[in-house]
Amino acid sequence: MQPKINLLDDVLVERIVAEGFELLQDPGVKIHSDEALSLLADAGADVDLRAKVARIPQPLVEKALATAPSGFALYDGEGNVAVRYEGDHVQFDPGSAAVNILDGETGQHRKPVTADYVRYAQLTETLPAYDAISTAFVCSDVAEEIGDLYRLYLSLLYSKKPVVTGAFRIDTLHVMKDLLVADAGSPEALAARPRAVFDVCPSPPLLWSELTCQNLIDCARYRIPAEIVSMPLAGSAAPVTLAGAVVQHTAECMSGVTIHQLANPGAPIVWGGAPAITDMRFGSTPMGAIETGMIDAAYAQVGKRLGMPTHAYLVASDSKLIDAQAGFESGMSALMGALAGINMISGAGMLDFLRAQSLEKLVVDAEIIAMVKRLLRGIEARDDSLGAALIRAVGHHGEFLGQKHTLTWFAQEQHIPSDVVDRNSLTTWQNAGSKTTVDRAHEQVKSLLATYQPRPLPDEVRRALRDIAERAARQFGMERLPPLPGDAD
Amino acid sequence: MSQELYTQLAQAVIDGDEKVAMSLTKEALTRGLNPLEIIKEGLTSGMEVVGEKFSRGEYFLPHLVMAGNTMKASLTWLEPALKTSGMVRETLGTVVMGTVAGDIHEIGKSLVGTMLAANGFVVHDLGVDVPTSKFIETVRETGANLVGLSALLTTTMSVQRTVIEELTEAGLRDQVKVMVGGAPVSPQWAQQIGADGYAEDAAGAVTLARRLVGADG
Ligand code: B12
Repeated sequence: MQPKINLLDDVLVERIVAEGFELLQDPGVKIHSDEALSLLADAGADVDLRAKVARIPQPLVEKALATAPSGFALYDGEGNVAVRYEGDHVQFDPGSAAVNILDGETGQHRKPVTADYVRYAQLTETLPAYDAISTAFVCSDVAEEIGDLYRLYLSLLYSKKPVVTGAFRIDTLHVMKDLLVADAGSPEALAARPRAVFDVCPSPPLLWSELTCQNLIDCARYRIPAEIVSMPLAGSAAPVTLAGAVVQHTAECMSGVTIHQLANPGAPIVWGGAPAITDMRFGSTPMGAIETGMIDAAYAQVGKRLGMPTHAYLVASDSKLIDAQAGFESGMSALMGALAGINMISGAGMLDFLRAQSLEKLVVDAEIIAMVKRLLRGIEARDDSLGAALIRAVGHHGEFLGQKHTLTWFAQEQHIPSDVVDRNSLTTWQNAGSKTTVDRAHEQVKSLLATYQPRPLPDEVRRALRDIAERAARQFGMERLPPLPGDAD
Repeated sequence: MSQELYTQLAQAVIDGDEKVAMSLTKEALTRGLNPLEIIKEGLTSGMEVVGEKFSRGEYFLPHLVMAGNTMKASLTWLEPALKTSGMVRETLGTVVMGTVAGDIHEIGKSLVGTMLAANGFVVHDLGVDVPTSKFIETVRETGANLVGLSALLTTTMSVQRTVIEELTEAGLRDQVKVMVGGAPVSPQWAQQIGADGYAEDAAGAVTLARRLVGADG
């Protein structure tokens, strides 16, 4: 049995859903996209074109929720199902779009560059805890206008995992689609086996910017899976009550699903988010707060009730380095998301309110995730007799290490962590240099990178990807892209 | 007598009670009290208490924002009175604040605005996704001496530079000090684009603004 928690009782879930429907009718949703407004108007919503507000009747939302698929898969670069957005499948990917990297050598937060991204992609490829790669940070050595697509380009070059990504502009989404098509071989191949999902963020409260709304519609048209990342920031951009924040999340997601399904019924879409509470001392938006995780777990419950695949932002910490705070925040939130049965949990590796990514933290978080995945496998009855027969056979003075039963089962019952987790004796630990978790993680980053196997990518695909990225770069005044490791020049 | 009224007004600011503050302000004006004194002895002294409690960790952001709103509401009554009597409110400076074009991140910018207002600056908050020309216009109209530019995206950071360039072009650059902030912004970036200062958070923004207007001697 997969263990599961529910933070809301059934009555509360229904009340949240009801208030979600209510909000879509009054005050409605503000949408800075004429295309979305006209889609909604044509379908019978009450649209005020001047105020850009759509009041969406409940049956329209219900219809969209019905046409939205309850599940879909993402495929890896070799065409295998690698991620299931469906039911209570729980999967993890690193956090996205950081502006800084915590440099493992210097301990400084600094702007990342191409070489950092390549290392990141290679490292993620070697860590089985990550079911997908995310476009984790923005490289400062390319034109800022191509910051979003360049991440995807590098991810496709260096990783075969599915990609959790997103566009920062309206036009770049199309280039990103071209990259995915080049990777898949054809638009049909991409539609049949989607490789990537695009995050789109409504603006709290109840508003869609032109950028994100257009991204949402374009994803629907291309049948590229979209992930609504609704961010009620409880106390600043949403009600401070956790239930109130979930209501706002519900309404925002409902509006997104409706626009998306009107653009292309049946296209895959995810009920996701990156909420946070607002710290009333500093105004910051802590990802590691327990209440942040509670909002996530609760809205996932609402999403499941409405038959939607789910996503959340967890396993991130607000600490500035990898310390006890980073460990407990990431650990607790990973556990909470997993027990809530959230299909894709993004956020690993992140520090400083989603501002920074860290390779060392990715390695530590991979340990957390592996343990959490073990938890999800639950406790099983392996034998007809659970233990009594064996204990009786071994007797009062017996030991279990030498039993065949132990040999048969230990590797399935126990998750064996990597050397990042210390379970040695004090003396052994001291003799090995009294290393901290971070020291060990730093070493593991290096040793894993040494094991990285390049993605076997046909030359013509590699060239096609490069052409697309270079064309976009030239459009924004960059004659050449930064050299990649192993490039001839 | 008037002292009692000021104390009540200060308390209304501390309590964030707009209704009470407005009626006390009206009463003070009908009694013919000096608007400058009403501001100083009533509103500002209340705001100071809130600021102190906030920095001691006794009060939280909602207190600060409610108090700020209360003060603002009272000022809408007091400002016309100041004007008719030809008086000028003493402030540390006038700030034009906004999130640059293409960027809709609001919270940090608003927080900075609130803290500046709570600390004696007049703040013109232009909101988010503010067209560059709007910054220029508002600086010209208000005679502001500070500009605060917020950008949360790597793709919109460069707009901070554009605003600075346009201020120069409009001949306003010498009149204002420009502060920049937001997630991807750094002191190096501020220097690179010729801004006058960078602050990492709202408290830092206040220190910076005070320094830029020479309020700290
Ligand atoms: C909340 C949030 C949103 C909300 C904003 C809601 C709102 N009403 O404001 C929404 C959902 C709308 C949003 C949208 C997007 N976001 Co956003 N967002 C955030 C998040 C999580 C928190 C920002 C926040 O409010 N922090 C709390 C406040 C108090 O802090 P602050 O803003 O940093 O402000 C403080 C200081 O910076 C400073 N300061 C700020 N301004 C100024 C100005 C001056 C003059 C001074 C002196 C100081 C100063 O003082 C403030 C107070 O202490 C950040 C992550 C982060 N840590 O910044 C991402 C983040 C900024 N967003 C990001 C992204 C990618 C996006 C989207 C592009 C996502 C998408 N694909 O749809 C869109 C862009 C929309 C747009 N065109 O602007 C990325 C940026 C990546 C990049 N490399 O550029 C970030 C870093 C998250 C991430 N890792 O993915 N976002």
